[in-house]
Amino acid sequence: MPMKIGTENFKERVDSGIQNDFMRAAVSGAQERLHGRRLAAAEELGNWEEWRSHGEEIRQHVLENLDYYLDQLAENVVKLGGHVFFAETAEDANTYIKEVIQKKNGKKVVKSKSMVTEEINLNAALEEVGCEVLETDLGEYILQIDEHDPPSHIVAPALHKNKEQIRDVFKEKLGYTKTENPDELTAHVREILREKFLHADIGITGCNFAVAETGSISLVTNEGNADLVTSLPKTQITVMGMERVVPTYEELEVLVSLLTRSAVGQRLTSYITVLTGPKQVHEVDGPEEFHLVIVDNGRSKILGTEFQSVLQCIRCAACVNVCPVYRHVGGHAYGSIYSGPIGAVLSPLLGGYEDYKELPYASSLCAACTDACPVKIPLHELLLRHRQVIVEKEGKAPISEKLAMKAFGLGAASPMLYKFGSKIAPSAMSPFTTGTSISKGPGPLKAWTESREFPAPNKERFRDWFKSRDKEGEKS
Amino acid sequence: MTGIIQNRDVFMKNIASQYGRTSKKEVKRPQWVYRPQDEVMKSASTDDLLFVLKEHCKRIHTDFYQTSVSNLPTTLRYVINEFGGGRIILPKDDRFMEYGLSESMADHHVDVWDYTKGRENIKLAEKANIGITFSEITLAESATVVLFSDRNKGRTVCMLPKTYISIIPKSSIVPRMTQAAQLIRGKVETGEILPTCINFITGPSNSADIEMDLVVGVHGPVRAAYIIVEDK
Repeated sequence: MPMKIGTENFKERVDSGIQNDFMRAAVSGAQERLHGRRLAAAEELGNWEEWRSHGEEIRQHVLENLDYYLDQLAENVVKLGGHVFFAETAEDANTYIKEVIQKKNGKKVVKSKSMVTEEINLNAALEEVGCEVLETDLGEYILQIDEHDPPSHIVAPALHKNKEQIRDVFKEKLGYTKTENPDELTAHVREILREKFLHADIGITGCNFAVAETGSISLVTNEGNADLVTSLPKTQITVMGMERVVPTYEELEVLVSLLTRSAVGQRLTSYITVLTGPKQVHEVDGPEEFHLVIVDNGRSKILGTEFQSVLQCIRCAACVNVCPVYRHVGGHAYGSIYSGPIGAVLSPLLGGYEDYKELPYASSLCAACTDACPVKIPLHELLLRHRQVIVEKEGKAPISEKLAMKAFGLGAASPMLYKFGSKIAPSAMSPFTTGTSISKGPGPLKAWTESREFPAPNKERFRDWFKSRDKEGEKS
Repeated sequence: MTGIIQNRDVFMKNIASQYGRTSKKEVKRPQWVYRPQDEVMKSASTDDLLFVLKEHCKRIHTDFYQTSVSNLPTTLRYVINEFGGGRIILPKDDRFMEYGLSESMADHHVDVWDYTKGRENIKLAEKANIGITFSEITLAESATVVLFSDRNKGRTVCMLPKTYISIIPKSSIVPRMTQAAQLIRGKVETGEILPTCINFITGPSNSADIEMDLVVGVHGPVRAAYIIVEDK
């Protein structure tokens, strides 16, 4: 699917997110677990701030010298016999990849999880030319067989689905006959995909980090699917965002450590695989042919601007896991495969303000995202800067800022907005509510609640109360 | 054979022009201000590291065994039986002979990776119940074994079988990935050709994609065991 997901507008997306009780419970549960694990993993190092600073200095240095490191990377890949294609646009990337596959007469494609291939809508492009394209990450596979349901979290894409829903999808699409037990569901997928791995002719991966000095690419997974994608098919195509490069193995190590701790609270994930070129003569497994596709697709336009630091991102989703707004609206409300604070900063830059001008307002500016970021991207400052740019451009803020403001204070001025505002307020405030008052409010409430307590929004809206009061009156 | 680079010039020009400069031809890798990675378990002894590794195995659902060189064959036989025996696949690695391990596997069907047989090896790995390899470098902090592929050491020996056993020489243990990265980078600097696949493996394959419930055993092995062996 492309970066943009769904056709509903922002308000509709927020509404359907807020009304989806299972999703909201799943999201808040996942947030708490991932957040807790990340904190534990960071704390046990003892000097997490230094790690963050090191991550930041590495990422900043690479971005400042991105052309040098990409050139070095490309030279080293071709020295090993691999091919490198620099793609300015999504279309360029897809055209090249289609050509490679058609030249190989490839039909059966297996993929490991990759955000950039989602961004460029590669699967659809390949299906158009008659390829069977299979996602092999368990979460991605579940979404794919469920009529391409969009991902709702960068790291845990199927977070919004419960196991009963997954069981039903399996029953309908895969002839599955067992229970909703995750072990059984997983075992079924293992069996199906194992066959697919063995018969695939093309393997497509993303790239967590490429190493300029050695021409290597690295893949970070827990399932081991990327290892099979890169061991069994004869042709491997790796697609990377242009910013995902490091100078040497030593910086790779640091960023991988930051990634696994920040994403899932693990010291390392089960599989960190570093691949250098196609297989050598006489090696049996590994690809005969290796293509590295380096994608710009709007990234270079961010370089040298006030938003440059967003390209430091290593896609760990730590910011997503601490965001109070994401907690309440879920991933689909962002209308982009990139959700949460990072999505709210990145989506307008890659996809334009036209489609994403509300996203910078889907934030309370509480700065939890900035504190959580392992490479110190000042996310809440970038969100604020987006708002300034939007107001400068359009002369006014989009409706959602008013919504947020009205929800907290001036709501009664507009009935429609007040209705929406008071509907979201009780749940949006719940993490900060103690009894009937709010003690530590986010965003606009922060300064206020620092010195006094703000009355908590009523769980029963006045309108609802008035309505039911009327009805009760009728009864008596 | 050298590969082909396409579209490089325009791409690079776009980057340089964003910065209002010409393309960078020479960049010196900086002396980093921060180096927190060197501080982790800085003065730990090998036994300290072994303790950390052992403790972490509990968290990664991996069975842990420690043994002497003379008892290794017995321990290995025990672990193989624990994993249900059956077909075994090994890389072609002289260490199995040196450690006298063939007797441990005598009761089972054993295939050894033989590159002259081409993709037949993959079929054998797929049929195997157990894959066994030696760890080249072992990371204490994360309980990670490191494997280097070559024509005798297929990548899929540790991926396709249902279970995986890693034999870990005690001397291969280092504090963390930092030291492994330095060792590997050392090879690059002396002009050695890197293995096409370096795999850092931490326990069995797993996923928490369904309701955040951990499922052990997804695409790779469903069970894993480490056997630490005192060096000869």
